[in-house]
Order: sequence, then structure tokens, then C-alpha cells
Amino acid sequence: MKKEKTTHTYNFIWGFGAELLLLLLGAVLSVSYGSKQIPLTEILSFVTGGDVDSFLGAVIAARIPRTVFGLLAGASLGISGALMQSITANPIADPSILGVNTGASLFVVIGIAYLGITSGIGLIGLAFIGAMLTAVFVYGIASVGYGGANSMKLALAGAAVSTALGALVNTIMLPDSHVMKEFRFWQVGSIGGGTWEDVRLLLPFFGVGIFLALCCGASLNVLSLGDEMAVALGVHVGLIRLVSAFAGVLLCASVTALAGPIGFVGLMMPHLVRQLFTGDMRIVLPMSALGGAALLTLSDVAGRVLGRPGELEVGIITAILGAPIFVWIVWKSKVKSI
Amino acid sequence: MSSLAIQHSFGAKNISTGYEEKLILKDLNMEIPAGKFSVIIGPNGCGKSTLLKSFARLLQPKQGNVLLDGKSIYELPTQLLARHIGLLPQSPTVPAGITVADLVARGRFPYQTMFGQLKKEDYEAIAMAMDAMGVSELADQPVDSLSGGQRQRVWIALVLAQDTDILLLDEPTTYLDIAYQVEILDCLAALNRMKQTTIVAILHDINLSIRYADHIFAMKKGNLVAEGNPKEIITPELMREIYGMESTILTDPQTGDPYVIPRSVVK
Repeated sequence: MKKEKTTHTYNFIWGFGAELLLLLLGAVLSVSYGSKQIPLTEILSFVTGGDVDSFLGAVIAARIPRTVFGLLAGASLGISGALMQSITANPIADPSILGVNTGASLFVVIGIAYLGITSGIGLIGLAFIGAMLTAVFVYGIASVGYGGANSMKLALAGAAVSTALGALVNTIMLPDSHVMKEFRFWQVGSIGGGTWEDVRLLLPFFGVGIFLALCCGASLNVLSLGDEMAVALGVHVGLIRLVSAFAGVLLCASVTALAGPIGFVGLMMPHLVRQLFTGDMRIVLPMSALGGAALLTLSDVAGRVLGRPGELEVGIITAILGAPIFVWIVWKSKVKSI
Repeated sequence: MSSLAIQHSFGAKNISTGYEEKLILKDLNMEIPAGKFSVIIGPNGCGKSTLLKSFARLLQPKQGNVLLDGKSIYELPTQLLARHIGLLPQSPTVPAGITVADLVARGRFPYQTMFGQLKKEDYEAIAMAMDAMGVSELADQPVDSLSGGQRQRVWIALVLAQDTDILLLDEPTTYLDIAYQVEILDCLAALNRMKQTTIVAILHDINLSIRYADHIFAMKKGNLVAEGNPKEIITPELMREIYGMESTILTDPQTGDPYVIPRSVVK
């Protein structure tokens, strides 16, 4: 028992350490890389309050909020995916695959185009409602018929709803050149416009969402043994499902409201953690957060490198990375279930 | 874990329950003998599982109540109840890739704080439960790689780690070969003897029920038809009444217990 416990702790420390390193790498690259390269020494002296060339200092100061925003958004999406996979007991659940992000987008676009809402908090509210409704709707469709909401049906329902809602988003945006211009990048998911204002807006939702998620970790572990076992072990099954679904939707909706629908981060990270380390949600949740933050910032940097002299939106990069992983997961679970 | 189980008064008081409109249990009374190994028998669809679910607060009765020491279990905090009453359902889910030790550790949930850190006594309880079920060697193995019999022993280790005074088991031996069935029942009997844990199991094998039970509840169509010591209540008449089956009853030459040989179904 003792030996087994220590090996695990050792593995996890290794994992958390690796994630922190990647996260740090992502953050540094994100600040240093761009149309104007900034050497590491300048970033270091900026952070430590040393002497920095005033132009470089201004560039660094402009890139930091984007980086911080990216870290928060990535962590939110990672946790959101882990929660959705856990409560649906489904390895392919993710805010983008379930269509939840598109639902949030639709409500945001409606708010901008028809209701004249431009405040960040208003958009987050709309995104939350849209995301919640879509989540319930997709899960409802997938639950109809024999076998309940299995992987295949959830993916199909999510894809169908997502395509339909995406078409609606386009219908609203295309005729309106003003909206189109402003939200073209937002639509594919971009953290390029991340400001301190966005960070301030996101932070409370991030805090509440992550806190609730971490509180549910141990109960979600027990819930994965089936509802009957969970009740017998003293879990408030309905309450835990509700709170974790709320936290999951809150996290992805607030990110979507500010950055647009960024897909696959929530799919990839929890999966990677479960494959490499453990299915224990008390570990999966924080690891998915750290990993998601690292993945999103690194993808953002990759978008800047690949899209030179401009940049590719981060949502495009995560989709390119995520699509093959999605196919791999579905293929694997199909093989298992047949 | 090593301390003796508390002896509770526990049972169903006039419960009627079912799914949607259909009543499965009708005004049923059942007092579980404390510290004994009880077995519920009866044909498919007679309400055995429904009754066990009511005992485990999975299904709230439409009328009547399930009482633990005179209090309705629906009014007790669920986490507290989880330290008194444990349940092994018919088909719990094995999370993909989970190891034996991690699965057994989840039995300690009722004793944990919100973030679920395990304490020293939790590790002791887990180690003892795995020892008792002979799965300590498998601690680091993924549960989904085990055979059916080993897997069932791991699940029972989980409910042992839960360390409850009352343990409910819904067909714990189904799908197991005869040797595994005997092995599982021996473990439960040992738990009952050593800790005086009150055990209530649903079993389909009538002769194994007779051999292991101190007390048998015989059910039919949502009602309790007979109860008592197997030596006294197992008769050809009872078999005909609950299963609609003619039978010959012999006596086990070693134990003196009745042994049922099924003959023909009358219906």
C-alpha cells in the first residue's frame, strides 16, 4: 500500500512539473514572439523591474495581457472538458464537440447584432444562457432512443446541432458588414485581442468555476462507479451533476464570450492526463487546467509562427491539432465497444 | 475496521413502492435480524431488487418507510448513512484503467472531507479490505484486466473498506462459476462471523442460500411469503408456492441442511 502510494505521488509530481515547464515556456514565447522579437533577457529584466528599452517595454506590456488571458482561457477550457467528460461518462464530451461553444457564440452574435449588447459582462451572460440551453438540448437529443447518451450519439447530436447553430451564426453575421468585420476573428476563436479588461472580466468566472470543479473532484470519482454505488457511498448525485455541469458550462461560456469558440482544448487535455497518469478526478481537474493553459498559449504562439507575417487564430491551430486526436479517441472507443 | 459492527434495528415498515404507476412492493414489512447473514430468495420480478434498492435509499417508497434504529433513512444525512449501510449493486461501473487499490480506496468516500484526502486509518482500512478479499497482490493491476471472479472480490473489498454495520448485496455471485460463488460467500460469512456485520444478500441458488443463510426471506409478487431459519422453512410446499415448481428435498449428510432437487415446473 505504502509503496504504491509513493510511486503515484512521484508520477503526479513529474506530470505537474512537466506541465508547469510547458506553461512557462508558452508564456515566455508568447511574450517574446511576434512581429518584433524580444530577447529573453529583456523580458527577465522587465519582469524583475530592471532597465528596459522603452519601446521594447511597451511591446512586452502589450503582449502580457494576451498571454495571461490565454493562460486563463486554456485552463478554463481544460477543466470544462474534464467536467463534461466525467458527468456524461463519455470520453468525447467537450465544449466544442457537444456544440456548447457554438450555442454560446450564437447567443453572443444575436446580442451584438440585434440587441446592441457590447459590454463584456452582458456577452458573458448571453453566452452562458446559450451554452446551457445547447448543453441540455444536445444531451436530450442524444438520450432519446435505445442505450441512452452513448459516445456515438452524443458526437452526432453535437455535430448536427453545432453545424445548424454555426449556420445561424453565419446567417446573422454575413449580411452585417459591421458585425462581420468586428467579429470575423472572434468567430474562429482568437485570443489575439485579449486585454487586461478581458482578464478582469474572466477572472471571477474562472475563480468560481475552478473552485466548484475542484470541490466536486472526489464526488465525481465515486460517481464514475455508477449512480447506485454513488448514492450508497453517500454522494448527492443530482447536486454534484448539477454543480459540475454548471461549472463546466460557466467556464467554457465565459471564454467563448470573450475569445470566440476555441475547440478541442477541453477534449485533448483530460484525455492526455487520463492516458498518461490517472483517471482520478482530483488529479485530472488541476492537470487539465495547467495543461490546457500550456496548450492554448503554445498553440497561440504556433499560430503566430505559421501565419507570418500575420497570424493564424488560435482556434484554427487547436482544431488542426485536435481533429486527429478526436478521430483517434472515437476509433479507440468504437473498437472497445464492438 | 477491526472494531465490531454496531447492531442496528433495521427494516421496512409497510412499504409500497414501484416504478411509475406499477406497484412492485405492496405493504411489505421486513425486519432484518441484526448481526445475521440473511438471504432473500424468490422468482424473477418478485421485487427482491426493488426491496434492496429501497433499503439502500435508491428508491423512495410511495408509502411506508425504511427505518434505521427507528428513524426514516430518508431523513438521515446521506454521508452518515453511508457509514452504516453499504450496498453492492448488481452491475456497478468499472472506470476505464482504474487500479484495484484506487477502486477499493473509493469505498472510503463516506469518511473523507470535501477534497477527499485519505488519512492513515483510511489506508489501513483499504489494506485490510484487500487482504480479507485476497486481492492485495493485485493492488496495482487495472481492474478491467481481471477475471469476473477477481473483479467481484475487488468490489466486495470496496464495500468492506466502506466499513458499514449493514451490507446489502444484489446477486453478488451471478455470472461466477461455482468455486467462485462458494469463495465469495465464504468471505461474506467470515465477515459476518468476525465483525458481526449484518448481511442481506439476494441469491438465486437456493441450495447455496440454505447453506450460508442464518435467515431466509422468501418473496413472491411483491410480498413476503415466509421467513425464518432455512431448516425450518424450506419445504416442497414453499418451493411450489414461490417458484411454482415441484421438488424433492433431501438432507445434506454433513450439515443436516435441506437440499432442494428441482423436479418439474407446474405453474
